[in-house]
Formats: sequence, C-alpha cells, structure tokens
Amino acid sequence: MFYREAGQYKTTYAADMAIFPIRQDRFGVALILFVAFVIIPAFGGPFFLNTMMIPFLILSLAGIGLNLLTGYTDLLSLGTGAFMGVGAYACYKLETAFPQVNILVWIVTSGFVSAAVGVAFGLPSLRIKGFYLAVATLAAQFFLEWCFSRVPWLVNDNDSGAIEVPNATLFGVFVTGPNATPTTRYLVALTIVAALAWIASNIVHGRIGRMWMAVRDMDIAAQLIGIRLLNAKLLAFAVSSFIVGVAGALMVFLWLGAAEPAAFNIDLSFEILFIVIIGGLGSIVGAFFGATVMHLMPIALRALPPMVGLPIEAARVDQLTTMITGILIVVFLIAEPHGLARLWRTAKQKLRVWPFPY
Amino acid sequence: MKRSLLKSLVGGIALGLALPAGAALADDSIYVPLFTYRTGPFAGSGTPIADGMHDYLAMLNARDGGIGGVKLVVDECETGYDTKKGLECYDSVKPKNPVLVNPWSTGITLSLIPKAAVDKIPILSMAYGLSASAKGDVFPWVFNPPATYWDGLSEILKSAGGGSIEGLKGKTVGYLYFDAGFGKEPIPLFQTLAKEIGFSLKLYPVAAADMQNQSSKWLDIRRDKPDLLVMYGWGAMNPTAIKEAVKAEFPMDKFISIWWPNDADVAAAGDGAKGFRELNWHATGANFPALADIQKLVIGTGQSQTPKDEVGSVLYNRGVYNSVLIAEAIARAQAITGKKAVTGEDVRRGLENLDLDAARFKALGLENFAGPLKTTCLDHNSHSATFVQQWDGAKWVKASDPIGPDTARVRPLLDEAAANYAQKNAWPVRSEVCDNK
Repeated sequence: MFYREAGQYKTTYAADMAIFPIRQDRFGVALILFVAFVIIPAFGGPFFLNTMMIPFLILSLAGIGLNLLTGYTDLLSLGTGAFMGVGAYACYKLETAFPQVNILVWIVTSGFVSAAVGVAFGLPSLRIKGFYLAVATLAAQFFLEWCFSRVPWLVNDNDSGAIEVPNATLFGVFVTGPNATPTTRYLVALTIVAALAWIASNIVHGRIGRMWMAVRDMDIAAQLIGIRLLNAKLLAFAVSSFIVGVAGALMVFLWLGAAEPAAFNIDLSFEILFIVIIGGLGSIVGAFFGATVMHLMPIALRALPPMVGLPIEAARVDQLTTMITGILIVVFLIAEPHGLARLWRTAKQKLRVWPFPY
Repeated sequence: MKRSLLKSLVGGIALGLALPAGAALADDSIYVPLFTYRTGPFAGSGTPIADGMHDYLAMLNARDGGIGGVKLVVDECETGYDTKKGLECYDSVKPKNPVLVNPWSTGITLSLIPKAAVDKIPILSMAYGLSASAKGDVFPWVFNPPATYWDGLSEILKSAGGGSIEGLKGKTVGYLYFDAGFGKEPIPLFQTLAKEIGFSLKLYPVAAADMQNQSSKWLDIRRDKPDLLVMYGWGAMNPTAIKEAVKAEFPMDKFISIWWPNDADVAAAGDGAKGFRELNWHATGANFPALADIQKLVIGTGQSQTPKDEVGSVLYNRGVYNSVLIAEAIARAQAITGKKAVTGEDVRRGLENLDLDAARFKALGLENFAGPLKTTCLDHNSHSATFVQQWDGAKWVKASDPIGPDTARVRPLLDEAAANYAQKNAWPVRSEVCDNK
C-alpha cells in the first residue's frame, strides 16, 4: 500500500536503470544515511560507537570486498584476513615513513598495495576454480601471515612485534590513536565505507559488474561473447583486495589501535566469508546484514542476561552466545539459503503488492 | 521446579529493569573489573588465574567488608584471549569507572597501553605485556611487576649456567616459544647473549594454530640435542610440550620453562614429567591463612566456581598474587589520598608506591608467600628475584635460592626499548606527579 510504484513513471533510460528506481527506496536510503551521519554520532555513546558501530562498518566493508570476488565473480577466497593484513601493514609503513601526509591518503593508498598483492595471488584463478582456488588463496593466507610475524621490517622492528598505531590528525582533529574520540573515528570510518560501498555498487551495476557476473554464471560462455577471462578475474581480485585492504587498515587504525599478526589469522578470513554467505552472495547490502548477524548479534546476546538481571557467569554467557549465534545462522540459512539479502528482496517484493497479492 | 525457575526469571527481569536506575555505582564501592578467559584454547591457563583473582577479592569482601571499609564490586568479563573481545570488555567496563584493568593478554595490553593515560585507567599486566613498560618515567600508567620476560630469561640462563650466564659458553641452547609477541620478546636478548657469551642458539617457534601439534618441532629438538631447552609457552602449548618432551625422552634436567605452566599441565604428562622445572616468584600450596579464609568464606559458601583441589596450584596462586597487588594498590591509594572510594588516578599512585615486604605479607596472612616487591615512580616492575621449582610427580618443590636478574645486561635493553617506543609513537612526556619520598 505504502511501498509501491504506481504513479511513478520512468521517462528516461537513466531512470529506468537507476539502482533505486522507486521513490520510497531513495527516501529510505536518504533516511539511513541521515541516521548514520547525524543521529548516531549525535546520540551514540562511546560503547555503542567503539564496540558496535565502528567494527560493524569495517566488517561490512570487508564483506563488500569479498562479495565482489566470491559473490559476483564466483572466485572463492580464504585469504581475506591476510589481504586485510596487507592493507594494515602497508598503511602502518606508509604512515610511519611519511607522518606528515594525511592519514586518509595512506588508508586509501594501502588499498592499492593490497590490490597488487591480491592480483599476484589471483593469477592462478585463470587455471583453477572453486575449491582448488580456495586452496591457492589459503596458501596466500598462510604465506602472508608468516610474513607478518617473520619480517620485522613490516613493524619497524618493534619489540612487541605488533603494529603500534601513532596519533594522526586530520584538520587538527585526532583521527587515530587514543586521543581520537569515538565519534571522530566513527565518522571517518562511515565516510570511507559509504564512499566505497557507493563505488562498489556502481561497479557491479555497470559494465564491469555484468562482465564479472557473466564469468560467474558460465565462464566459457563469457569467453565466447568476448570477455577476456584473465582481465575480468584479475580485475575482480584487484578491486576486491583494494576494498578488503582499506578495511584492514581501518580495522587497525580506527578500531584495534594495535595489532599482532594473529589479528589477521584464518579466523578473520572465515568470519568475513560467513558475513558474505549469511548476508547473501552477490549483494552489497547483504554484507551489512551479514555483519549485523556476525558482529552485532553476539554483542546484543552477551548484553542480554545482565540486562535482565540473570546471574550467569561471564564465561557461560560467552559459551551460550556462541551456541545461540551458531543456531541462528543455521536457522537463517534454512529459512533462506540465498542469504538475508534474498529475504530482504522477497520481503520488498511482497510489500509491493500488499495487501492484494496475486 | 518449573514454577520457581519462572519466578526467578520474572524476578530477575524485574530486578534488571529496576537496575539501570540504580546501576550508577554508589560512592561507597570500588569497581574492579577482571578480564578473564574460561573459554577457548587458553582456558587451561586462564581458568585457575581467573578463579584465584576472583576468590581473593571476594574473600576481602566477605572477611573485611572490602578494603578500608569500602566494598569491592568484582566483575568478570570474558575475553577468550581475543584482542577484539578484550577491547569490547574494556569499552563495556570503562563507563563504570574501573580503578584498574588486568588484560591478561599481551595483545590486549598492547592495544590498551596508549589508552591508559587518556582514559586515566592504570594497567596492571603482571609479568607479561610490554617489558619496556617497566620504566615508569616513560609509561606512568602501565605496571608489570614483579619481573619482565627479559629478567626471567636472564634468571633461567643464570641458573642453568651454574650461577652466571658465562657457564653456558660453548653449549647449545634451544628456545621453544609461543610464536607471538610474548614468546618473541626475549629473542633479541637471547641473540645478544649468544654472541657475547658464545653459545649457539636454536629457535623452535610454535604458532598459535599448532599449539597442540608440536611433533615436528620435537623432531628438530631430538636432532639438535640442545644442552638446555628454554620454554616460553601459554595455554595448550605447555601441556603439549611437556607431553612431547616425555615422549621424546628429552631429559627433564635440561628442560626449563618461564613461569606459566600449571600443575595440571605437568601432571597430564604423567610420571615422565618428574623433574620438570620452571621459574616462579611465589609459593605453591594452600597452607596460608589467607588461602584458608578463601576456602572457608568464598569456596565454602558457594560464591566461587573454583574446584577444591585447584587452590594452591601455580596459576591459582598467581591469580591470588595478582589480586594481592590490586588490593595493596587500592589500600596504598587510600592511604596516600585519604579518600575511601578511590579512582583510577589514585590507584595509579598506589601502584607506584607498592611496598610488600615480609612483614606486610605476614600481615596479609601470606607469610613467606613471595619475596619482597617495591615499586617506585621510575621502576614499575621491581625486577624481583625468582626461584626455580621442580615437579616431583605430585607437587612443586623449591629447587633453588632466589635468583636475581642480570641487571647489567637487561637494563640497557630495557632503556633502549622504552626510548624506542616513545620515539616511534611520539609518546607524551610524563606529567604525573611522583609521590615517592
């Protein structure tokens, strides 16, 4: 009744091809952006921003990056954690070598380093597919993790063997380090995530995205209609690793504040992969849904027992959270094997014809 | 049964709804969060420590009504030894004005060190974390008593070299370590010493993922036949390494560990582990009045998750020692400021003025529990002596006199590390006033 397009006429091709063709959708996106940019920073407490929103944004961004590779091009990668690490270490090296340059420049530049490494490890993708490619990216994961812990140059020979995030300012305001307020860090992360999500969304709706999807659906057919597989696949690796690398730099600089090599272990790769699978393969908004399930839901579950005054020990709460999260993931996947994004699409479709379904 | 559960649930929810209004902590309490890990691959080490920390503070509440008449609010937060969860814990306890935090993980400590001065919450990382933070003039908010990993290494090598490290000349020394910040920290000192004294050093790193799968390292060890094998392990790495050593028939008198293996870790390896040695700085066993009070007032009344036979084990007593430091710091802070409900800033001053001598330990009901500990504004560590203890198949036996660190060799490294950290991170110069006389 409220969500329908009757009376909205498309008079140009551009309007027909728009990402959000319905006025209500455009209004919804504007509302979400308004809440994210104005309401949340104005009213969110430090715990909400630090522990919930900043990690949520960063994990969503990594999910978007992996989704371009796995969801849109069907190249399964288990090296996401390591590529995030490449971004983080590159950003650290650049920032400590040239501290006078704006930190945002280095965060974005580190994405290019990660993209280069991603392309290098993406080369086998021309010859192998599916699980075999997953094993090749797994090798990237282990090799890069080995580098992080074995090459002291990467951490400027720190005794701790970890990245120590320096204080960096932007227009005189602290952006990283302990003096940066959660609101500043949140806004920086939000701006970068929103910009990259917008770019990613445009890429997948354009020529490149269609090329990737053609490769995903049947690579021989794609080749026959004139798509160069090598270029398409390597481009997918490059763009995906770029976004993942930026997410990694954000993770260390805006969230953790210091990072041992263990921060980029295979668990992180799996976490991002789960975000993509639960959220929905081949969907940008799905990454946000996935991050909600993988990151925000456990925090909410952990907060529940103390909030209602149940006297449960911290460890038991943690174990219960893990179990409930696992059960919910299974339930979600049984309810909709194509992820939450598909559920969202179905719901929208139903809403369009409500209350008179045909 | 069902009804009572329902009732307690409803009651609990009602209480919970009522709580937020009164949750702002009353002025007459001190909030002490404990970061613990009873889950995950490090739970084997984390659980007894969590129990010991919790029980001693709970005992002070039950026996003395807290510290200086102020009740302690003890609150556990589960980190699973995971840095991300640790930061979540930190953010969740921060609004409740904690007087200090105990991260119990090097990774979490590293993330928190820059925050401490800004948030005014001191960090007590007891014998772990960043060794350089022993220097109070550089790290006013971080405390790592009673000894650093570098101190520990020099003590191990001194004892193995028969009183001085020079005794190791010409020998082969193996180093089996947890391949993360903690295990890697001693390597620069190890390498310097190897060059200076002239022993050959063999490194055997064990990655976190391979903690329970060390057979390849032990093949190397069997091939290299080191004259001394030093271990820096944590969590599941310790029991696995000791089992592997027994299986490989590695002589126990050549095997010595830093202070982290627990009774259960050694006992799991069976009789073959007899003679296993490790450093320690406090007593084992439950034969102390304070521990008897814990058994009577806390464990006996069901306020604790501690199994009875855990009291007195190495890591349980380590947890108790950690809480003794917390309690002493709070008591010192109360004495210095004259306030009852102290804040993080006060407790930082307390931590800087710890003076635990034999008389004080006796007054705490812990006579001969540990050697003296004294911190100052410059020295946040005290670099206390440790001793070697040996497993006799059922309990630990003290196997040496107290061994002090090789200060002459460790000190320059510490100064350099602190200067390095300060320079790399544009570290602020200490502005906190010193209370030492």
